[in-house]
Amino acid sequence: MNIPVTSTSRLGTNWIGLRTIVIREFSRIVRIWGQTLLPPAVTATLYFVIFGHLIGNRIGEMGGYRYLQYIAPGLIMMSVITNSFGNVVSSFFGARFGKYIEELLVSPLPDWLIVIGYVAGGLVRGLSVGLIVTVVAMLFSQLTVHSPWVIVAAVLLTSMVFGLGGFINAVFAKSFDHISWFPTFILTPLTYFGGVFYSIDLLPPWARLLSHANPVLYMVNAFRYGFLGVSDVDIGLSFGIMLGSLVILFSVAVGLMRKGIGIRE
Amino acid sequence: MHALSIRQLRKTYGNGVEALKGIDLDVPEGEFLALLGPNGAGKTTTIGIVTSLVNKTSGSVAVFGHDLDHDLAAAKACLGVVPQEINFNQFESAETIVINSAGFYGIPRDVARERAEKYLRQLQLWDKRKAIARSLSGGMKRRLMIARALMHEPQLLILDEPTAGVDVEVRRSMREYLREINDLGITIILTTHYLEEAEELCRHVAIIDKGRIIENDRMSSVLGKLQLETYVLDLVTPLAGCPDLGDIRATLTDSRTLEVEVVRGQPLNEIFVRLAAAGVQVSSLRNKVNRLEELFMKLVATDPSAGVAP
Repeated sequence: MNIPVTSTSRLGTNWIGLRTIVIREFSRIVRIWGQTLLPPAVTATLYFVIFGHLIGNRIGEMGGYRYLQYIAPGLIMMSVITNSFGNVVSSFFGARFGKYIEELLVSPLPDWLIVIGYVAGGLVRGLSVGLIVTVVAMLFSQLTVHSPWVIVAAVLLTSMVFGLGGFINAVFAKSFDHISWFPTFILTPLTYFGGVFYSIDLLPPWARLLSHANPVLYMVNAFRYGFLGVSDVDIGLSFGIMLGSLVILFSVAVGLMRKGIGIRE
Repeated sequence: MHALSIRQLRKTYGNGVEALKGIDLDVPEGEFLALLGPNGAGKTTTIGIVTSLVNKTSGSVAVFGHDLDHDLAAAKACLGVVPQEINFNQFESAETIVINSAGFYGIPRDVARERAEKYLRQLQLWDKRKAIARSLSGGMKRRLMIARALMHEPQLLILDEPTAGVDVEVRRSMREYLREINDLGITIILTTHYLEEAEELCRHVAIIDKGRIIENDRMSSVLGKLQLETYVLDLVTPLAGCPDLGDIRATLTDSRTLEVEVVRGQPLNEIFVRLAAAGVQVSSLRNKVNRLEELFMKLVATDPSAGVAP
């Protein structure tokens, strides 16, 4: 045995470490594809058939577009949000529960890199599912692209924001029940009231005002703007909220790791 | 240089339990140290702090001169740890587990694959490399954790009860392997409830009790402190009661087995003279192996109901 052997630079160690976490997360997503990739495709198909096709044909136009075209970006974003969040929360809590998070904690990888690694895993799943749902959407409707950069920026930021949310949820969770509470009672209502299925112009003034407190509204509308060029909110404000959320949640997640909340005794 | 240097290490848990009350410990490079103590003495807390799994309350820890507070990544890179509990993803294959572990230490994937073969072969797991970890036996899982800990070729290897719950054959092969890698220069710290294992493997022993180090010396010096040695005698004919051997203390453990305690340096001939006088015939004689256990029990005042090691 030759010792010591590792002479990789700190940067090199971090890069290989990050890549390893992402590869591990990707392998997990593929290994349990029946839980990670298939259900969103089925759900999206049902949404498009029922809301987009059957009911949508009776609704007519919204925001100047056919209803199915209008909800398609929202449905894609909804799947990105739930899957980015779900991947990180289940993977990180699973690592805590199975104690194999210790593999990372004893390694020389810094706390911030571990956070980025898990969020990158959420990004991989969020984007994979987003792509699947986009393909499903294209089977039902022609998707127009108004601004590809807005689409890419909005989906990346949103996926990372909810990946970080999933990470924080997983840090505080003490049981598998706890990792389903936030998605069920907070995330799902925020998403459904976030303008996925409707324009907030349809709402009474008080509800419209209340909707502006919902961060998902800005994400869905920025994404929709990228496809259709229409939005209920200011795009600049949307990106400001997404970036602000990203910075705040990343700081919180790294802070929790440093303090060892739920991880170190 | 010391492989591990601990100064005034204290740990008080959130519930108020003071697990470590200011311990000092130096482990020279290349050493094979046994860290012993009863359950709850502070062994696992100490290891937890050294490996960054437990936050210390105060004090300092340095691994090969790298202080955990100022140079954590460098300290961690020198360390390999085999924990008490299984802590790998049981749904991954053995090979994936060790290769990923190397990646966390910055080992490129092609090098990691070569090392995976090397260590999985050395620990007789190569044939099981594609097996899902969950399907491995208890002994295989323990060996897998040793292979994983060696993937980044650490200079200091800490093993917390590595042979707990494994059969005799596996335990023996693991001991041989640990001796081999220590001979190659890796410093090893071992906690174990098998004191004969510590006595056989380790050159240095530190005993921790109630959060304090109560003994820290060469194994030979520690064992030298024993004034008494115990011999086990197998008897030709069974006895109904313990024979009177005068000032030689004897215990009849069963009708055919007699244990006698001899003051160090006292000739054994005297025992046989007295046994012959008492009409006791001996078929075989052996030294009781667990000398360390005797010392341990003398040093550590424990509540018998508290699950004392061993």
